Amino acid sequence: MKIKVLSRNPDEYRRETKRDIHKVQRNYDPKLHPFEAPREYVRALNATKLERVFAKPFIGALDGHRDGVNCLCKHPTSLSFLLSGACDGEVRVWNLAKRNCVATIQAHEGVVQGMCFHPDGRSFLTCGLDKVVKQWGISEECTINEEPINTILGKSVFQYMDHHQSENIFATCGQQVDIWKEDRSEPVRSFTWGVDSTHHVKFNPIETNLLGACASDRSILLYDLRGSTPLRKVILSLKSNAIAWNPMESFVFTAASEDYNLYTFDMRKLSAPIMMHMDHVAAVMDVDYSPTGKELVSAGYDKCLRIFSVDTSRSREIYHTKRMQRVRVVQWSLDNKYIISGSDEMNIRVWKARASEKLGMLSTREKASMNYNEKLKEKFIHHPQIRRIARHRHVPRQIYSLSKEMRIMKESRKRKESNKRRHSKPGAVPYVPERKKAIVKEVE
Amino acid sequence: MKHGPKQDSKANRDEGRDPESPSEFRKDRYPGDAPVPKKLMSKYQRGKKLHTKGARTHHGHVKLVQNEKKVTMAVKQAARSERLLQEQSGFMIPEDGESTTNVTQSDIVQAADITTAQKHFNLELTQFGPYKAQYTRNGKHLLIAGSKGHVAALDWLTKRLLCEINVMETVRDIRWLHQETMFAVAQKQWTYIYDNQGIELHCLKQPNEALRLEFLPYHFLLASSNATGYLYWLDVSVGQKVASHNTGLGRLDVMCQNPQNAVICLGHPTGSVSMWSPNVNEPLVKMLCHGAAVRSVAVDPTGNYMATSGVDRKMKIWDIRKFEMVHSYQIGCGAGHMVFSQTGALGLGKGNIVEVYQDPCRQQLTSPYMIHKLKTTVNNLHFCPYEDVLGVGHGDGFTSLIIPGAGEANFDAMESNPYQTKKQRREAEVQMLLDKIPVEMIHLDSKMIGKVDMKSFVERVEENNKIHFKKPMSISYEPKHKMKGKGSGRKKEQRKRGVIEEGRRQTVKELVKDKLQEGAQGRKESSTAVSKSKGVLDRFKKTET
Repeated sequence: MKIKVLSRNPDEYRRETKRDIHKVQRNYDPKLHPFEAPREYVRALNATKLERVFAKPFIGALDGHRDGVNCLCKHPTSLSFLLSGACDGEVRVWNLAKRNCVATIQAHEGVVQGMCFHPDGRSFLTCGLDKVVKQWGISEECTINEEPINTILGKSVFQYMDHHQSENIFATCGQQVDIWKEDRSEPVRSFTWGVDSTHHVKFNPIETNLLGACASDRSILLYDLRGSTPLRKVILSLKSNAIAWNPMESFVFTAASEDYNLYTFDMRKLSAPIMMHMDHVAAVMDVDYSPTGKELVSAGYDKCLRIFSVDTSRSREIYHTKRMQRVRVVQWSLDNKYIISGSDEMNIRVWKARASEKLGMLSTREKASMNYNEKLKEKFIHHPQIRRIARHRHVPRQIYSLSKEMRIMKESRKRKESNKRRHSKPGAVPYVPERKKAIVKEVE
Repeated sequence: MKHGPKQDSKANRDEGRDPESPSEFRKDRYPGDAPVPKKLMSKYQRGKKLHTKGARTHHGHVKLVQNEKKVTMAVKQAARSERLLQEQSGFMIPEDGESTTNVTQSDIVQAADITTAQKHFNLELTQFGPYKAQYTRNGKHLLIAGSKGHVAALDWLTKRLLCEINVMETVRDIRWLHQETMFAVAQKQWTYIYDNQGIELHCLKQPNEALRLEFLPYHFLLASSNATGYLYWLDVSVGQKVASHNTGLGRLDVMCQNPQNAVICLGHPTGSVSMWSPNVNEPLVKMLCHGAAVRSVAVDPTGNYMATSGVDRKMKIWDIRKFEMVHSYQIGCGAGHMVFSQTGALGLGKGNIVEVYQDPCRQQLTSPYMIHKLKTTVNNLHFCPYEDVLGVGHGDGFTSLIIPGAGEANFDAMESNPYQTKKQRREAEVQMLLDKIPVEMIHLDSKMIGKVDMKSFVERVEENNKIHFKKPMSISYEPKHKMKGKGSGRKKEQRKRGVIEEGRRQTVKELVKDKLQEGAQGRKESSTAVSKSKGVLDRFKKTET
């Protein structure tokens, strides 16, 4: 008779010395783990609640400007520095880590309309309503030289400017889109289409020869540096305030429109936007993509910032403060962690991109635990209780009532359309997706 | 860890045969991952595989497929991790002509080593009446209590006493709470909770004259059954009553819990077994199991099978999920106590004999695996978790028997760790409290939280479909601001509520009318199909209005 009785050697289960870690045996047999689903649900619920408890996105405000902040510019190589231009012509360099102003310069006599950095980070350009483009040198410690390296006098007012990703080329817009080379005093090329003026221009970071511009005839124009004529134009229902190219998808750009929405287009097919992001209750002033290309942040005239995911139409987050008035510009920092907003009350605010994220160095256990909680929240997001807690945001009263009003208006429009459809010949009132309704025309 | 992955001996041999080619050009003869047997994969598979063909968009389909791949990878990794388990479970393999039934404890003690021999012992405590015994969840500590009031908690292997008290009253039942720091004793009138040093912590007056206690570890609920037919659940972490049901079925003597879904199974003198959850006032399930009174109930650790034994000398194994009888055995006399071990072995106490059956649920058995005779009647049985030991409380004290193959060989330290230090115990308590499952989730199907609520989903879809076609009734009503004596806020609210109620009643009436019309139409169609059979007593029947 062969008899074997289960016997364990305690030395194999206990640590040898105090300096060792404890031994933890695992057995993944489902028999030993009852109530898996309810326990995971409870953990997901706790994780969601804790996320709301720790959601404190506001980090600090950079105080110093004496007039509303009109433009922000990220340093291309350093994460700590930020340039901002105000409506009185002042340009400041900020150290984001210490939250202080490193250098100030009176760059223009009027409003600083646009700023852009040279890709090597050693000089930057500013343009203003006084029809001047100035190039300034900036040192390693980010102090600006008193005198500009270069001054270019233009023929008309400049509205915005953007620099090429790698070469010595920059574009300004105003009456028309001008392409300049850094050492020339005349534009190398000018693009026009009709008699409208453009107020925003952006270079594509991946397909570096492409440019997108917003014109005052409610259209978005696409240009190619290699060609002599503009490529394409799409006319929307209302004017776009800004566009931003997706840093990961080369053909995708998002336009921030006056009709309270953001439209994400694929450049190759402008007949309908791929996604319409709706959540703002006033005009959207600025938009910027996260360096991962999966999320975007928009600054609204309704005094709030909204963070959208690229593939959803509703925002995942709203940032607002009583003291923050009309937000003019917003930037997403290049380490994907911070959002910087410049607003009318002369303050630049720094926010966390993920509101409940813990900043600083995390130990491996913390990271593992946070990853686990993230995955749990993602898994149970559709359960009603968890969704309710995860979605809940405190929203200023005005935005709340305005959004309610807009919902009622939208519902009544839908009802009217469905009534029309019911009482007319089948096929007379076709189903048009919401996204397509915003586009008026696409022009080659 | 001293054990490493098993070497592939064939590869070693082949490498030896090929001395000329240098190591960097040697090809992998067994490229890719080692195959995992399907049976092993199915053990770790939770539920069925998803049909990825139902997605409406391409994007949705891609997401489903990716998710399924991740799930399959997780299952595969879990199955492969089995290789790392250190221990192997005990066994008794008889040689030809021998049978395991004849093996006695002294044989096992002689054949095994000294540490195993220590596991078989007898505690002779004749003074304080028949004893009950219970092990903690990690199998480290033992709680014994005699009916006349003697209660002792000890580490059963080293025999180190944690506490020993005499409560000076009849003790009806005992239960460890979530850890070895606290235990509950159902005494003559009230239930008391003691510290592991014997200090009385709480006196629970509410489960009055509790006969049996059960602790649900993942919900922190102490369930107790009463002589007057009450079932009472108490949340031990907060100290509040969760539910109390008047079962109306008389003296509740026979109770056990289903470890997979935390429902309480009660056995009744009418021969039926009922299952109760704290959320529902009525039994979830009522099964007629025996022709005579049910003497004991036990549920196996996988939650699939239930063993019941009755006064009619039968022991039946039921499949709880299908509510069908699987096996029925005729045993000599009624088995008063039954308990399942972690590996599925069933321990029976009938009179003064203890019998252990190996795997009675899945196979039809002819003889018990092991038998042990005692001097006095068996009062209580409990298998020690993670050990091959069965603890028997009887009239003369406590006996610990060695049953090879009864305990789970490899424990999971995150669930219950027999070798935990004080710090680990404290951390485990905090984790358990954080993961405490709310009472509302106790159902027959513990995985219900992961399923789609089809009923409310269908309702929502129907409601949604109606919106575009029906003019929505404005439920929000703002009453006129009347100043003449009716300006008070309370009156305004009442008026508002009244109008809304009226509106709701109207819509409900309409809905009911619609439904009735549909129902009437349906009935008309069905009645024309079926011919009316005329009976003599038809004129006395009430006509349907």
